[in-house]
Amino acid sequence: MPVLAQLEQESIRIIREAVAEAERPVMLYSIGKDSSVMLHLALKAFYPLLPPFPLLHVDTTWKFREMISFRDATAERLGMKLLVHTNRSGLERGIDPFVHGSRIYTDVMKTEALRQVLDQYGFDMIFGGARRDEEKSRAKERVFSFRNSQHRWEPREQRPEFWGIPNLMKNRGESFRVFPLSDWTELDVWRYIRQEQIPVVPLYFAAERPVVERQGQLLMVDDTRLPLMPDEQVRRAKVRFRTLGCYPLTAATLSDAGDVEAVIRELETATLSERCGRLIDFDQTGSMELKKQEGYF
Amino acid sequence: MKTSDAVLRILACGSVDDGKSTLIGHLLFLTGNLAEDQLRVLYEESARLGRSGAAPDYSLLLDGLLAERQQGITIDVAHRYLATATRKYILADAPGHEQYTRNMATAASRCDAAILLLDATTGFLPQTRRHALICALFGIRQLLLVVNKMDLTGWSRERFLEISDHCRQLTEDLTLFGVCPEQPVVVPVSALAGDNLTARSPHTSWYDGPTVLDWLQSVPCADLRRDNGARLPVQYVLHAGQQWADSRQVLPELLRSSGSDVFRGYCGHLSGGSLQQGERVAILPSGVETSVQQIWSGFRLIEKAEPGQEIALTLAGEQDVVRGDCIVPAGNRPEQADRFKVRVVCLDTQALLPGRRYRFRSACGSATAEITRIRNRIGLASYQRLAADRLEMNDVGEVELQLSRQLPFDPFDRNSQTGSFVLIDQGSHASVACGMILHPLRRAANIHRHRETVAPDERALLKAQRPCVIWLTGLSASGKSSIANALERLLVDQGCHTMLLDGDNIRHGLNRDLGFTEPDRIENIRRIGEVAKLMTEAGLIVITAFISPYRSDRDMVRQMFAEGDFFEIHVATPLEVCEQRDPKGLYRLARSGVIPNFTGINSPYEEPLQAELVLAAGASQTADDAMAIVGMLRSCGKLQPATDQAVPEEGV
Repeated sequence: MPVLAQLEQESIRIIREAVAEAERPVMLYSIGKDSSVMLHLALKAFYPLLPPFPLLHVDTTWKFREMISFRDATAERLGMKLLVHTNRSGLERGIDPFVHGSRIYTDVMKTEALRQVLDQYGFDMIFGGARRDEEKSRAKERVFSFRNSQHRWEPREQRPEFWGIPNLMKNRGESFRVFPLSDWTELDVWRYIRQEQIPVVPLYFAAERPVVERQGQLLMVDDTRLPLMPDEQVRRAKVRFRTLGCYPLTAATLSDAGDVEAVIRELETATLSERCGRLIDFDQTGSMELKKQEGYF
Repeated sequence: MKTSDAVLRILACGSVDDGKSTLIGHLLFLTGNLAEDQLRVLYEESARLGRSGAAPDYSLLLDGLLAERQQGITIDVAHRYLATATRKYILADAPGHEQYTRNMATAASRCDAAILLLDATTGFLPQTRRHALICALFGIRQLLLVVNKMDLTGWSRERFLEISDHCRQLTEDLTLFGVCPEQPVVVPVSALAGDNLTARSPHTSWYDGPTVLDWLQSVPCADLRRDNGARLPVQYVLHAGQQWADSRQVLPELLRSSGSDVFRGYCGHLSGGSLQQGERVAILPSGVETSVQQIWSGFRLIEKAEPGQEIALTLAGEQDVVRGDCIVPAGNRPEQADRFKVRVVCLDTQALLPGRRYRFRSACGSATAEITRIRNRIGLASYQRLAADRLEMNDVGEVELQLSRQLPFDPFDRNSQTGSFVLIDQGSHASVACGMILHPLRRAANIHRHRETVAPDERALLKAQRPCVIWLTGLSASGKSSIANALERLLVDQGCHTMLLDGDNIRHGLNRDLGFTEPDRIENIRRIGEVAKLMTEAGLIVITAFISPYRSDRDMVRQMFAEGDFFEIHVATPLEVCEQRDPKGLYRLARSGVIPNFTGINSPYEEPLQAELVLAAGASQTADDAMAIVGMLRSCGKLQPATDQAVPEEGV
């Protein structure tokens, strides 16, 4: 079986297993390419019916505007129910990535927000598009990742996991994060997007965009909330994004890759890893592991 | 050359400090699978945390958890992705510590082939042999034995040949279990320096075998095509009717064309063989026959499904199929059984003991399972079968299992999907063991239950009472026996037929062969449960007074009885009070170390989570406690209401 077919089949198996054991499943939909692939796999897993769960987007209010319009159009086109949650108390406290720094901002607007909405609906099986090749602590995680009633991940106490027969027993309040794309790489994702012609946010493709350079990284000026330093100037550059998150925390890369084919060609010869544009990964040593322990994805 | 277009899953295992993470990290580097920024981080961290002097410490690429980096050990499996010009690999770096064997087993359950590392200076260690055994039991046939740290032996050819001989012996030993890995390839390397990883080393002119990369490029994928009979364990049921609306309008069209008003698709992973449209199939365990109507694979309808595909079937006619049922060709059905001989790998700190009940999960459904006998533990020195009455964490052994119902299965070597299972602790939800089915045991079929001409109901009716068990549990000196005696007195005074079981009439008679170790305590409780069951069948109200410290044992007894016939009464007198009373001086002896395994002192007491009644801690009102139990029995209809107590029911 070809690589992509094999990965696809395994992911479908994971998604069906989780739903079969779930009381209230939900799919974290972060609008990125991985989410798009995961959603496509879920559509296949339950075809000719629709997936029996809603999509959930934790909206920090700092996403690229194109992401939000893509999100709404996708849910509408597929007829999927979409839940959007924002940490209201964080907004009221005026939590801002430029003022408070990425660490506090991520804690409040992402992790805390996620915990709020999971508790509110009592979701017990939560799909996420994380891949093991993204980051070292993710490389250590199970496909079915147990979380206690505080949503905490205990990396030293992960359940043994036997392929095909996961142990999904849990008590009230406990949950699982489920990662159907665990074994996919960035290139697999793009090749699959090409093969299946999956729509993705246009920000992944190179275009002239307004950017400022800050600490060696290119930040896109998506709205007027980006405070400019005295010596900074907005210029236009042909850039694209390898990963998409909140615009203040996601750097663009100079690129000419204007379509899927070109993106794949670019990645086949890339010398930098995918998350080099993710500013939150570098907050502190083991930062992703610590965030995940607190309930971040 | 294009070897295969599939992803190959490779496990790297072996004992602690043999260099697995270093090997994989170095391999990633040499094959150009590391990005510039990852390399920058590696050099920077090697200088700060590395344990390999001036050279980069490649293990830091793999050990991604903070605890791992601080301690310089691997705790859990790391997955890395490696692509060469011809092939894509998923490498699972498994921890070598015995303590984390469960994580190694997790990785082994998914891999096609394994790299087993050992340190040339120390040779085979028990953990190396344990990993080899687990790989073999999990069906990994392709093994590369990497003799690492050859530089430390001065690239000694003699040492290498010696280890190669051991390796041949190892594979021979493994054939004792009917599992025969292919003769492994043995390669001398230095993972740190990179010798024989991707290029021939100048230090090993005497070696003419493949490098690690050569082996990776040539190892065959697991063969899915072997036709042992198609198996589709139903994982999930797609179900929708006419009213179901979808913006895509797929379903209404489908229902119109099939002339049905409901859609039922049976989803699952196909293994063992292919299935095609129109084929006659049987649904197990019921055995009902029908035929395949449609086969969905993603968005497409296909005519024939191949092993390894995730499909959704529709079947002709109205069928009752649920998750865990198994759809198979009508002419090639698996056996069904409720007693098995199985191999298990123990994964949890709690030991696997006969008499304990566990949740049994397999692709073909769930059941309650009891270990009826531990046949042996497999020793690591030469894989000999050793006598054992329990299996501890990380042990591998063979046991007999009794399930609460019959399930379809295949022996693991015929079909790993329908031949494997996990055992789960029903209280803690820990995965206690994983296992492979060897064969069914027929003994159950030979014991035909004696068909009584007098039914238990009739015996109970004659006594004008509803039999049940009142199970008092609590610490030594908590007052169980006093309450039991007072309760029996109350019941007998009301005209009930009773029996009291306690330590004196059981420990000195029926169970005088049992001691106080954990297996003996379980057997003690099991026998008491069985005796209590016989007595309720005789129509008696049975009162028992035993410490019965383990939750799982009380649950085991509970499951012997119909719902509502078993009353767990927790005599919740606190330890301090019991110890103060100490009527037999036992606590004093336990504290001074004379009595080992004394509940509450050096052996645990697990409080009931769902007792029918908890008697107020330390109140010491024996008569009141007995009355409280009587009140409970009345309120649930086991005893007549108080006002009627002296008046026999009319007509009896």
